[in-house]
Amino acid sequence: MLRFALRRLALLVPVLLGLSVLLFVWVRALPGEPARSLLGQRATPEGIARVNEVYGFNDPLLQQYGSYVWALLRGDFGSSIKTGQPVLESFIEKFPGTVELGVAALLFAVVLGIPLGYYAARHQGRLLDTTIVSGSLIGVVTPVFFLAILLKLVFANWLDLLPTSQRQDPRIDATHITNFYVLDGLLTREWDAALDALTHLVLPAVALGTIPLAIIVRITRAAVADVLNEDYVRTAESKGLSRMLVSRRHILRNAMLPVMTTIGLQAGLLFSGAVLTESVFAWNGIGRFLFDSIGQRDYPVLQGYILLIAIIYALINLTVDMAYGVVDPRVRVS
Amino acid sequence: MAASIALAGCAESDRDESGGNGPSGEGSGGGTFVFAGAADPTLLDPAFASDGETFRVARQIFEGLVGTMPGTADPAPLLATEWETSEDGLSHTFQLREGVTFHDGSAFDAEAVCFNFDRWYNFPESAQSGDLAYYYGALFRGFATGPDSDAALYAGCEASSESEAVITLNEPFAGFISALSLPAFSMQSPAALEEFQEDGAANVLTTEYSTAHPTGTGPFVFDEWDRGNSVSLSRYDDYWGDVALVDEVRIVPISDPKARATAVENGEVDGADLIGPADIAPLEDAGMQVLPRDPFTVLYVGFNQKQKPLDDLRVRQAIAYAIDKEAVASASLPEGTELATQFMPQTVAGWNDSVTEYDYDPDRARELLAEAGAEGATIEFNYPTDVSRPYMPSPADTFNVVRSQLEAVGLKIKPTADVWNPDYLEKIQGSANHGIHLLGWTGDYNDTDNFVGVFFGTATDEWGFDNSDLFAKLREARQIPTVEEQIPLYEEINADVMEFLPGVPLAHPAPSLAFGPNVTGYEPSPVNDEVWNAVSVG
Repeated sequence: MLRFALRRLALLVPVLLGLSVLLFVWVRALPGEPARSLLGQRATPEGIARVNEVYGFNDPLLQQYGSYVWALLRGDFGSSIKTGQPVLESFIEKFPGTVELGVAALLFAVVLGIPLGYYAARHQGRLLDTTIVSGSLIGVVTPVFFLAILLKLVFANWLDLLPTSQRQDPRIDATHITNFYVLDGLLTREWDAALDALTHLVLPAVALGTIPLAIIVRITRAAVADVLNEDYVRTAESKGLSRMLVSRRHILRNAMLPVMTTIGLQAGLLFSGAVLTESVFAWNGIGRFLFDSIGQRDYPVLQGYILLIAIIYALINLTVDMAYGVVDPRVRVS
Repeated sequence: MAASIALAGCAESDRDESGGNGPSGEGSGGGTFVFAGAADPTLLDPAFASDGETFRVARQIFEGLVGTMPGTADPAPLLATEWETSEDGLSHTFQLREGVTFHDGSAFDAEAVCFNFDRWYNFPESAQSGDLAYYYGALFRGFATGPDSDAALYAGCEASSESEAVITLNEPFAGFISALSLPAFSMQSPAALEEFQEDGAANVLTTEYSTAHPTGTGPFVFDEWDRGNSVSLSRYDDYWGDVALVDEVRIVPISDPKARATAVENGEVDGADLIGPADIAPLEDAGMQVLPRDPFTVLYVGFNQKQKPLDDLRVRQAIAYAIDKEAVASASLPEGTELATQFMPQTVAGWNDSVTEYDYDPDRARELLAEAGAEGATIEFNYPTDVSRPYMPSPADTFNVVRSQLEAVGLKIKPTADVWNPDYLEKIQGSANHGIHLLGWTGDYNDTDNFVGVFFGTATDEWGFDNSDLFAKLREARQIPTVEEQIPLYEEINADVMEFLPGVPLAHPAPSLAFGPNVTGYEPSPVNDEVWNAVSVG
């Protein structure tokens, strides 16, 4: 297992190098330049020339790429052109926000999705199955921004139950240690802060988790339906094993492989969903910052964030691959 | 998880149990005022800023020599109680307010004034670019070093007594006093700057001073900047003026206008800026307060004269006659918007009440198009997406109204939409590849050149014309030492512009603020000079 992991990690190096070239070219191929974006409506040809000079955007591209990679090798992801803050520092500040939101969204999707999918498969063709399948179809096609507006309208404006912006009430004097606000509240025993952070999580997590929920429901339903037709399930049931035991040991365990792959892929895709969700809910995470940085043509942030996200995405997939080995020993052997 | 549990044993709360705030400010007399802007500040040293969000924070912490009369853009005493300009317009003597201290306890005096002026003038070249010391560079035209040093306006500063500072310029600058109301020219503590700031740093945006030690004389003291979440300030009890009513202030960034409105309605924030026109009525219906600022903006349809048939004055006039400004305002601009007859609001010196006006007259528009042989001509119409500016809250709505009016007189419109920054700005201001376009401006301070000078001071890609007479008149006006003496020439310039018709000024939109029902004491300012010491959250 260790050798497998190390081999996969070593493969990452050429992938990341290739990605760094692609990113470098891509951000520079975007129409518009950072100097224009920095100066906005106040831009003049002289002002733009001066900014380009100061930030080295006039240097030959190869030289710019060389400096970029040399800095990367020393662990320096550069600094934001707009705020001056080192890219890695801002990523570390904002990443917990996105992870907290992503984990909550995924929990919402998994905890609801697997039982619903399982239940639908066990009751195929009945009213509840049809309702769950239709519901999941609506979930897949509902745009995040529309769902966000709907959630805000119902749970904030009409019912006055939940907050709609930020990660925590700014009036709360909360101690932040890890920047995972719910966790921070628990660690410091600031229960009101933890509860407040939790309530702030609900609407964005539901908005972000609805599409993965719908997909997990559908994949679970299909996978469970497949397994239900297997001989070993029939045998187990005819042996008189309890329904719970058959479900747990024979059905779910075998049906989980495609579901886990889906969860792994959805976990990665949550980053892209987070871009919109974080903007709509004023959530301080990497998605919103990345979105703003595209508008600002903030080259170092775009390059650094996407590279860091790629690394994390690769690590998540590696973890999922390793988890296969635990669930299905045949994968480990191969 | 195991690590988290292990951490639990050593995680300490930083709370000040004696006086900490609970939600809604409970447990403290004045409470906490939470205000939502559209973005985080860029940094906390306003000398290196030109954006409204940085200035919003700076206005609570810092003060300049000159402020503005409440609710207007006119200059008013602040840290200087009075001033006198010499006859030649080169020397300005400021009498300073006495008994003022910076937040670090050091005294504000004439030495501090000269320290600040000398600091700006001596910014190293790395700090002079337009994304940093924009306002000093643009208004004082040059620094001690660098390519524009010969043009520098600043000659020197002398502390003639503790409470009197004399600033000398190399050339007259009529807008000097008004310009000093910009937060970029705030007085900052020399002691704090010496201890925490390094203007020659590789990155002046992230020095210790610009991120954690801004030190001014304003009614609020800086506490903490949690990037992307909030800026926290607390009341300065030794403030020379009216001490703030609230204990603390939190300024939070909410970029989505709809989300800002919802946050106000939901009580998550006490107030928010730049409320979209569509959100005003629902907020008012929900019992919130919506306060418009007096307009200090202009929204216009610009013509690129490099594109045919826009080089023909008759076509430009036809478009002007075809536009029903009242319909544009009622369909796409907030209440309080004033219709425009020229490229600056009425409150700016040089506004002319007898410029040529082009009242809505579609028949006349058709006649002019026929005369110019441009009936049925195809014209590209550019407008931005994904943006809400104080002068242009919903560009797509404005575009749609104007488009239908132009099509009604027989023009064929080719719509082109681009993302605001940098795509749209690049296309409109950095290339000739555009036709008619929506754009506008929010005045930085009360100076005529800050409107017409910005638009028509030189040949640009935006307008695509080269009118040497107009450029010369604007240069001449800039050299006149006093505002009063400038007025006749600026009135003439405004008349010339509306004859030449480089674009159609549509309106002066009024940006709106929204507050919860319990907020009192917030005075909107046309130039955003809003200081929150009189605000209370009930």
